[in-house]
Amino acid sequence: MAEPILVVDHIVKRFETPEGVLTAVDDVSFTVAPGEFVAVIGPSGCGKSTLFNVIGGLLDGYEGRVSVSGETISGPHAAVGMIFQEESTFPWRNVIDNVAFPLEIAGMAKAERIEKARHFVDLVGLNGFERSYPSELSGGMRQRVSMARTLASEPKILLMDEPFAALDEQTRLLLGDKVLQIQQDLKQTTLLITHNLTEAVQLSDRILVMTYRPGRMKRMVDIKLPRPRSSEIVGSDAFGHYVAQIWNDLREEATKGLKDDESRRARTSRA
Amino acid sequence: MSARGIKGQAVPVLFGLACLAAFFILIEFLINIGKINRFIVPLPSDVVKSFARVAVEEDLLNRFLLTAYEALMATLLLSVAGISLGVLLHRVRLIRLATETWIAALASAPLVLMYPLFLVMFGRSAWTIIMIAFVSALPPVILKTLEGLSATRPVLINVGRSFKLTPSQLYWKILFPAALPTIFVGVRLGMIFALINIVGVEFLINFGGLGQLVNELSERYDWPGAYAAIGFVILVSVMFFMGTERIERWLRPGT
Repeated sequence: MAEPILVVDHIVKRFETPEGVLTAVDDVSFTVAPGEFVAVIGPSGCGKSTLFNVIGGLLDGYEGRVSVSGETISGPHAAVGMIFQEESTFPWRNVIDNVAFPLEIAGMAKAERIEKARHFVDLVGLNGFERSYPSELSGGMRQRVSMARTLASEPKILLMDEPFAALDEQTRLLLGDKVLQIQQDLKQTTLLITHNLTEAVQLSDRILVMTYRPGRMKRMVDIKLPRPRSSEIVGSDAFGHYVAQIWNDLREEATKGLKDDESRRARTSRA
Repeated sequence: MSARGIKGQAVPVLFGLACLAAFFILIEFLINIGKINRFIVPLPSDVVKSFARVAVEEDLLNRFLLTAYEALMATLLLSVAGISLGVLLHRVRLIRLATETWIAALASAPLVLMYPLFLVMFGRSAWTIIMIAFVSALPPVILKTLEGLSATRPVLINVGRSFKLTPSQLYWKILFPAALPTIFVGVRLGMIFALINIVGVEFLINFGGLGQLVNELSERYDWPGAYAAIGFVILVSVMFFMGTERIERWLRPGT
């Protein structure tokens, strides 16, 4: 196996809360090889987003180590590109200027950055919308703008936090195709944080299943579905088998999460 | 723009004008049947007729330009100072906690009553009027700037952090453009406060401008003329509103 490009080594992250110390992520370790697509899946509240923020350098004060190409990172790193769950395009910039944003920050000349941004706009299938503003685009198109913007910074690792969570299932599957195609074209190393089983199996080479609070690594599942893939794969027996297998692992954790949430709500309503 | 788009924009404007015309016709009717005293509210038709008379006989252009100049200077001053102070309050938590309540209280204080102090400081000049308007209109600009910056969506800030923006880049490339619509609400509010104070102080110190014209015409019981002068004050306000809207669209397209 190739030397890993991303090493997540014994990460522990705790938060001070009014109820005491909460361990969000507890001793999570894994590696990602160059060009690999790994998904982290777990029930709500298992610390997936905390892990996303730790790897992206947006959170500090954790135990353990995150390294990219052998370099330990502390804080945001140019090698890690992040795509967020919430809509994150800049409403005051049109599509091309949104995508060119990281290039502008890097000090690239205008003509050059526009030319380069155009390439990434084409890559996510938004050609013809270069001059449109986010308010004129659908939710799926806006997420593709965010994706193109992050890809334009040419990160070694693409880190995505439930980027299609706000979209309907059909759009999600079709955007999954787009992600598969981009990953195939760019050989882009990608770490996807998700709670969506279908999305995780459709896109990934490996899936890390996490436990409910504290978020620990429960199992790493190898997805041996053929590549190149498309959303057509969701109809195959093998796909169904993987979904069932991961749901088997996840069901117990999701049940714990649901019970915990219900008892917390009951306590709140009694108070 | 397509014919349909132009039509779509024209219809609300025409509807607004039609409502205004209907209101004036109603007032005219109520005055004519004696339900409204014509010595308090003049006939709208007389007000319309007096526009030309006021313009010719009362040196309207110079008065209009003076009020517009005072409004422009006050708006420029309160935009620069108000936005800067709003940014300062956003950046320095201690100053924000120490002063925010005071600034909010200042917004409702009748600072215009301090005009004798301003007269001593700036003399009987346009600058007395500009400074009273500026000070009175400052709080909404400061508070709205602070509100806009504080309300920037955290995800946009995280995008900036993920691209390793410096604090100054984060401010100018993300926080400031994100806050601009709210800042402009503050500037427009400030402009309204400023114009009220400008016309009020012109009226009070009899210095010049449209405020003094309203005073003179009402002292002569020339009610149609006084209402026409008020119409010109509204014109100044509309001009500034349209100006700020254009500046906002230029600074922050796509909204």
